[in-house]
Amino acid sequence: MPSKALAGDRATPQAGWGLKAGAWFAVLFLNLPILFIVLYGFTTDEQSYSFPPPGLTTKWFGVIIARADFWHALWLSVSVAAIAMVSALILGTLAAAAMYRFKFFGQEVVTLLILLPIALPGIVTGISLRAAFALADIPFSYWTIVLGHATFCIVVVYNNAIARLRRSSPALIEASMDLGANSLQTFRHVILPNLATALLAGGMLAFALSFDEVIVTTFTAGQQETLPIWMLKELIRPHQRPVTNVAAIIVMMITFGPILLAYYWTRDTQDVAGSGK
Amino acid sequence: MTASAATLPPSFSSRLSTYFYLRPKLLLMLFLLPPLLWLGIVYVGSLFALLAQSFFQLDDFTGQVVYKLTLGNYVRLFNEVNLSIIGRTLAMATIVTIISGIIAFPIAYFMARYASGKTKALFYVAVMLPLWSNYLVRVYSWRLILAKEGAIHWAFNEVGLGWLLDWILTLPVVQGSSLSNSYIGTCITFVYIWLPYMILPLQAALERVPRSFIEASSDLGAKPSQTFRKVIFPLAVPGIAAGSIFTFSLTLGDYIIPQLIGSSRPFIGQAVYQFQGTAGDIPMAAAFAMAPIVIMAIYLSIAKRFGAFDAL
Repeated sequence: MPSKALAGDRATPQAGWGLKAGAWFAVLFLNLPILFIVLYGFTTDEQSYSFPPPGLTTKWFGVIIARADFWHALWLSVSVAAIAMVSALILGTLAAAAMYRFKFFGQEVVTLLILLPIALPGIVTGISLRAAFALADIPFSYWTIVLGHATFCIVVVYNNAIARLRRSSPALIEASMDLGANSLQTFRHVILPNLATALLAGGMLAFALSFDEVIVTTFTAGQQETLPIWMLKELIRPHQRPVTNVAAIIVMMITFGPILLAYYWTRDTQDVAGSGK
Repeated sequence: MTASAATLPPSFSSRLSTYFYLRPKLLLMLFLLPPLLWLGIVYVGSLFALLAQSFFQLDDFTGQVVYKLTLGNYVRLFNEVNLSIIGRTLAMATIVTIISGIIAFPIAYFMARYASGKTKALFYVAVMLPLWSNYLVRVYSWRLILAKEGAIHWAFNEVGLGWLLDWILTLPVVQGSSLSNSYIGTCITFVYIWLPYMILPLQAALERVPRSFIEASSDLGAKPSQTFRKVIFPLAVPGIAAGSIFTFSLTLGDYIIPQLIGSSRPFIGQAVYQFQGTAGDIPMAAAFAMAPIVIMAIYLSIAKRFGAFDAL
């Protein structure tokens, strides 16, 4: 990062009025709509989305406690996301280790293979899995959902792990070896502590990604209802509209924690300022 | 760090470590095989299954898939209805990408050039939090806002411009009973959902523009607007191209947003979903899914020319 003094030397040290307005417009555009979700969780209007709400109430928070379908869906989503996260952590870390440690023939193809599940639109991943299950006569189950989720979560862990590995200095590893540590000890005491927060962040993001996923899931779930699928059904055929909002508030509270933690643990990796290429 | 004394006989761990040190290929295999097997079987296998299915056909009478190779689905893909679905989706993806680029540029530029410390962290979180928060909740929020009785229609009526909004909603193409039943609503929601994917690569590309280039440009007498046009913007193009891959591809494949917000005319994603769901016609759905794949392959090869892959 350039120092403050250096920054002051530039011809235009301050952003223009128009630029600032444009930047803040984008920030508001991205974040204000969420407030409406919260607001409508307290509305007394059950039939429509009237603005401003005719009255405010907290009764929907009580109503949702009695909705067993919501809690079933929530539990299914948490458990699918947990298994998808663990699978993605193992596979993503292994892939990152291989790609960082070795140079081999076909390396670019492997990179492409890892990126493909998020590079292609979700519907392609979804319908492909659906087509494969149909061909192989695999009935929909809990595990078909997990299979799909783990596949697109690998890349998140991989990206976080490889970014951290590329940033860490090879000198540390050499120093460890010079001081007599074998490669397992070096891994245990040098590489792993360095990598740990990146892996945690990758895992958290994988959890959030799986917990929120709806497009692939609709093709792999059959009768099972994850929370996003439950919500989609409520959106298409609403009964007790504000309950959907309360559910949305709960969902956001569950995922905001992991996302902010992931950001906190990897924030220095994101900062590439001043590195003129 | 634990020191291993050189005088002791080599421990199991150091023997293991030596073993693998001498056989790097074996270690590579151990690392690479599990993820490769998973992605190879589950993902690539599925893609091949998709390709295979697209050449089969559904028997209209029995409702069973006939496992005989045919191009029938692809012939059907090029009928008028399906072509108009593809055209409509392409047009929407293009417009969404352009608007995303326009909205993303100021914030990306501000983040890269002027924000630092706390402000920058705040902006970063403000972009990233929506990116990772629940997609469906975010789509839902626009349904609340765009509804006939919702906030935007209310605001227009309050300032006495309700007639303007009503008039816009009678125009051809974008007509609808309210914003949430119009293409305008679909477009706003798409931009809102995919905008972070445009901001982040663009910001990264702008961040890599060396300060010395800008100083050199102004030292050589360029006005700020000239520096922007001739130095900064060309260097940001790879970032825009990288971001556009996401906005374009994601719009192409989405079926939730046009289902919840917009006119009832279908997009590619909805067509695929309906063929496999209500119609039970997986082969036709598979053939339809080839459309976004082919379009993306073309798009990626164009984006690559603009340096998109270096800015990812």
